[in-house]
Amino acid sequence: MIDIEQVDVHPKDHLLRTDRFPHIWCPTCGIGTAASCFVTAVEETEIPLEKFAVISGIGCTGRVAGYVKLDSFHTTHGRAIPFAVGLHLAKPDMKVIVFSGDGDLTCIGGNHFLHTARRNLDITVICVNNFIYGMTGGQLAPTTPENAKTTTSPYGSTEYTVNIPYLAAACGAVYVARWTVLHIKRLTRAIKEAILKPGFSVVEVIAPCSTLYARKNRLGTGTDLLHFYHDNCEIQHGADLHALELKYQDKIVCGKFIDIDKPTFRERLEKRREEVLAK
Amino acid sequence: MSGYESPVLTGKHFMSGDIAVAEGGLAAGCRFFAGYPITPATEVAERMSERLPKIEGGIYIQMEDEIASMNALLGASWGGMKSMTSTSGPGFSLMMENLGLGVMMETPCVIANVQRGGPSTGLPTLVGQQDMMQARWGSHGDYEIIALCPNSPQECFDLTIEAFNLSEKYRVPVLLMTDETIGHMYERVEIPEAKKIEILNRPRPKGDQKTHLPYEIRNGTGIPEMGLAGEGYRLHTTGLTHDERGYPAVNPETQHKMVPRLVNKIRDNADKICKYEEKNIDDAEVVILSYGCTSRIAEWSVLMAREKGIKAGFFRLIVAWPFPEKRIREIAKKTKGIVVAEINMGQMVYEVERVAGGKCKVALSPNPGGRVHEPEEILKIVEEILK
Repeated sequence: MIDIEQVDVHPKDHLLRTDRFPHIWCPTCGIGTAASCFVTAVEETEIPLEKFAVISGIGCTGRVAGYVKLDSFHTTHGRAIPFAVGLHLAKPDMKVIVFSGDGDLTCIGGNHFLHTARRNLDITVICVNNFIYGMTGGQLAPTTPENAKTTTSPYGSTEYTVNIPYLAAACGAVYVARWTVLHIKRLTRAIKEAILKPGFSVVEVIAPCSTLYARKNRLGTGTDLLHFYHDNCEIQHGADLHALELKYQDKIVCGKFIDIDKPTFRERLEKRREEVLAK
Repeated sequence: MSGYESPVLTGKHFMSGDIAVAEGGLAAGCRFFAGYPITPATEVAERMSERLPKIEGGIYIQMEDEIASMNALLGASWGGMKSMTSTSGPGFSLMMENLGLGVMMETPCVIANVQRGGPSTGLPTLVGQQDMMQARWGSHGDYEIIALCPNSPQECFDLTIEAFNLSEKYRVPVLLMTDETIGHMYERVEIPEAKKIEILNRPRPKGDQKTHLPYEIRNGTGIPEMGLAGEGYRLHTTGLTHDERGYPAVNPETQHKMVPRLVNKIRDNADKICKYEEKNIDDAEVVILSYGCTSRIAEWSVLMAREKGIKAGFFRLIVAWPFPEKRIREIAKKTKGIVVAEINMGQMVYEVERVAGGKCKVALSPNPGGRVHEPEEILKIVEEILK
């Protein structure tokens, strides 16, 4: 006989805006799992909750800001990062997290991603990559693998894709990891490490878009995609960044690829300020 | 840390309009500047990059573009800093989307637009006043904005402080619509003692952090109290139509409550916000209306007209938006005509025409840009309107 304790609230409810539920995400969408790993990681850092701010852009993942019970800002498409830059510089003692989708961060917001990584601002980016623009109904994204079908690539994409960990590393990010929403413990740990890492940290989260990506490409349900992740993920910490390109229904290399130390934008700025004021 | 500079450079200076904008911002309490180089506004950013590191708590950051600059202002403002940027036509266009986000989230910040000739790249180094309607309508959707038009380096200083105060008071981005001529003009600028500068701050919540609602109206002014990030409010805000909790509510009921409030918090206070300068209006048979650098020419045109026996009056917009409807309506009733002189092919003239409502003639003294008007050009239109 198993002893079952009945509780009225979910143990994570105090981290969520439950008054906004039900949420907008489709059944077997992966974003909720990513958000759940995030709030678990937030708790595990043991940093007071008022020291967190979550900034999102537009899209399905962009809605995360609306469901976490932290200071949260749902901004415009692609612009979560520069908003976060301003907030971080005004409140350097806060942990500023950008939580958004692949299209939001690497397409329309690509320039901000590039330069904020280059400047090494102390911001954590959690990028849910579901290979498609979900909110608008399933259009081609810079992450859509070659030959994958979307509503705007009905004959299969002919484009090269953006390799997010490679891009982040090339631009100067100090922490870069990739996990799928199947790797709940590893993903949670990576998010926690990224939050605690001073500098620009990036966690790519591979997640199923059941309603659009899976349906358009006849890949089954989100659950079928989790089975696919189970059978096709390879964990390779420190993998060759070139090898991280994601091909259509091909192996997914996961792991921690970059974890280096270098002074942040703010540290360098304050050091220079001290030098100038000492003159 | 010792060695900090004072943010307020009390004393008499020989200063350009652009530099006076930067100093006005610092005197107003601005400690965050995010910008991108663009002629003829670059001097504002240069001054800020030199001054802010030497001022306690000051942060200067050069962003990757003007879209980023605008968003960084919003983020910094929600972190509690008074923030500003400077730009010109092309950069102003890039800021438009997120100017709307600032309006929607009711975020205080100041954007200085040192206007140059357009369209497109146009005349980077030469004057224009062609962004006046963009200031009013540039971002999509319905909103009201505040825009100020200095006509001297001194006024660049004074009105930048005013811009911050209005922005904080009404929780709206405020536009400082200066121009290349004023931006690059050097004149005497008197900076008062810090304690003599009136500084307004955003309304702040006083009650329990747990019960604070980001967009609840508690004070009868139509302007919500602003809880900041990191203070324990665990607040949410969004660019979507939202309710008092800051939660998205995509329905007509919420829209019908939110948009009128955003619009009316400015419209209902237009009399308090509007500012203008008048000379020789009482007996005027024709009034020359202008703003910014053009007002300095228009003053000559008034004198020349008076010498010729034409009873001309002078009206200068100091605040362009909201537009001083009441006063223009009064003037339209007792004068034969209003001549609008502006460095464009007709922008504020349409607002004058609308408000005059046929009570008097309205004519434009056009100027496609690149140089200021000749006083004779305006005078010619004055003579034509009286025919």
